[in-house]
Amino acid sequence: MPGTLPVAIENYIALSAVIFFVGVAGVMLRRNPLIMLMSIELMWNAANLLFLAFSKMWLNNAGHVFAFLVITVAAAEAAIGLAIVVTVFRSAKHVDVDEVNLLKG
Amino acid sequence: MLLFWLLGILLIASAVFVVMQRKPVYSVVGLLLHFAILAVFYLTLNAEFLAVIQIVIYTGAILILFVFVIALLSSGTEAFAAGPNRMPKAGVPAALLALVALGLLIYGVSRGNLFASGAHVAASTSIAGPPGTANVFGSVADFGKALFTTHLLPFEIMALILMVAVVGVVALAGDESPYVPTRKRASAVEREMREAIVRAGEG
Repeated sequence: MPGTLPVAIENYIALSAVIFFVGVAGVMLRRNPLIMLMSIELMWNAANLLFLAFSKMWLNNAGHVFAFLVITVAAAEAAIGLAIVVTVFRSAKHVDVDEVNLLKG
Repeated sequence: MLLFWLLGILLIASAVFVVMQRKPVYSVVGLLLHFAILAVFYLTLNAEFLAVIQIVIYTGAILILFVFVIALLSSGTEAFAAGPNRMPKAGVPAALLALVALGLLIYGVSRGNLFASGAHVAASTSIAGPPGTANVFGSVADFGKALFTTHLLPFEIMALILMVAVVGVVALAGDESPYVPTRKRASAVEREMREAIVRAGEG
């Protein structure tokens, strides 16, 4: 057992899973795209917490690098997502994801 | 253990707060709390650099971006009048389904053998030692060494991703966006109409 975590790894997995599913619920149930984006951020962070927990567990800092990568991608995603929201708002004057169906086949 | 779940429940509560709020500004406040608590978790996991990055990038950059967009979009309009619930009838079954999936996940994890092998132990040598020095797990020096030697190619690809994102954002939401009828174009149309009226009056 390489690294000693503050608590057993199962606790981290359970906590991370709960937060991830809160984020999933936010994306599925909300209509406001800003809150959907924030829910996506919650999911990114749940994954990050688990990366760091396993990293400490195996004393291998590849998990740290991967978490850093995830933060970068999350930042890019937030920027592009917000740009899309702004674009949709400027052309449609409302932000409701159910009414954005221009690309529907 | 007690402290872990005390902080964990705060973490879950702030996440639920983010999802439940009607106004996105309150969601941003909840997210701020969430990220701050998460930074504490990162510190307890010896991830010093990432705890700082969490505060600086997330609360300093991403949340500010959210606040800017909210302030930009909700000035004098009813942009966010939509109700909180997209599927009022499907909400309860969906929540139950998510709970079942969560239960299955936790059940599978508790049955699996996560401690089987020590094959993944690598790189960082020890956990003891003064913080911040090299070859101590989780120190900034250790993280930097891993990032710039072993994982240099992913780092470079990250730089490319960020550049593409910046170019994409400017193309999407910039002033000359092809996807948006800009103010400039609208005012040009207005001026043409006014000139046409003036000409009609003269003629």
